[in-house]
Amino acid sequence: MAGGDDGTGVPYLVKVEVTPRAGIRDPEGAAVERALAALGHPDARGVHIGKLITLHLRAPDAAAAERRADELCRTLLANPVIEDYRIEVRAAEGSGP
Amino acid sequence: MSVRVAVVQFPGTNCELDVATVCDRLGAAPEIVFHRERSLAGADAVILPGGFAHGDYLRAGAIARFSPVMEAVRAAARAGMPVLGICNGFQVLCESGMLPGALMRNAGLRFVCATVPVRVETAADVLTAAAVPGSVLQLPVNHFEGCYTCDDATLTRLRAEGRVVLRYLENPNGSLDDIAGVCNESGNVVGLMPHPERACDALLGSSDGLVLLSGFLTAAGCRPTVATG
Repeated sequence: MAGGDDGTGVPYLVKVEVTPRAGIRDPEGAAVERALAALGHPDARGVHIGKLITLHLRAPDAAAAERRADELCRTLLANPVIEDYRIEVRAAEGSGP
Repeated sequence: MSVRVAVVQFPGTNCELDVATVCDRLGAAPEIVFHRERSLAGADAVILPGGFAHGDYLRAGAIARFSPVMEAVRAAARAGMPVLGICNGFQVLCESGMLPGALMRNAGLRFVCATVPVRVETAADVLTAAAVPGSVLQLPVNHFEGCYTCDDATLTRLRAEGRVVLRYLENPNGSLDDIAGVCNESGNVVGLMPHPERACDALLGSSDGLVLLSGFLTAAGCRPTVATG
């Protein structure tokens, strides 16, 4: 495992956006899109509902942090059958939690 | 000797007693196995009952996959032991990769709670072994995340290999190809969204679940004992 719980490395803040995979039916997004149209915004299209997951971890550098985040997404945070994910890594303020 | 059935209980599982009661009535010896256990203690079959394992946090079934007992369930499945996932148990099996596909939020964004007609599509798996293909069973469904989904290649394969076990006649949740249940390649791991254990007494509206669960227990009893975790 690419663990980093020994306290070494640089703290990073990881943000993961999980969204329904392109082409997969998104009934929540469709329902919100209809509601927006009913509110007078028929041009608000392509509505999708996803999740934002944030976490802190330590890694030698940003690329390593991103690799670990990708591993977390593949094993737990997203289900590749129905979801896409996007990872954003940036240096954490201070030393994290 | 009666068939020993491990009925797995995760935090949030709520159908384990229904399942155990029916197994008991059918002459089997059910034992509720907590998710922290690492062994199935000599079971002949495993049932993952319905509920909300680990609160269904993140995605239904996603966290249950990492419960200690699942390693033993995986090993048992590999060794050919009959494994059945009902409702949330089906979601756990999909999230664990023991069955293909995924279960999404119902297409109509409605929690469905109804008794629906379901057609038996095959008898080549441990759940429908005693049922007649083409026959229609009245089974209760009770879920919010029951819309079965998989990619085109998987669907083609499931159809070609006869692994769609049950289909809805009146699709209640938007499931792809009306799929209500599927099995793995060898037919010993089956998942379905309907609750056969809630349809085992005419007093409760239907006893159509009996042919499924009694067939499952028979399949488990007919199998030579294999030592597993």
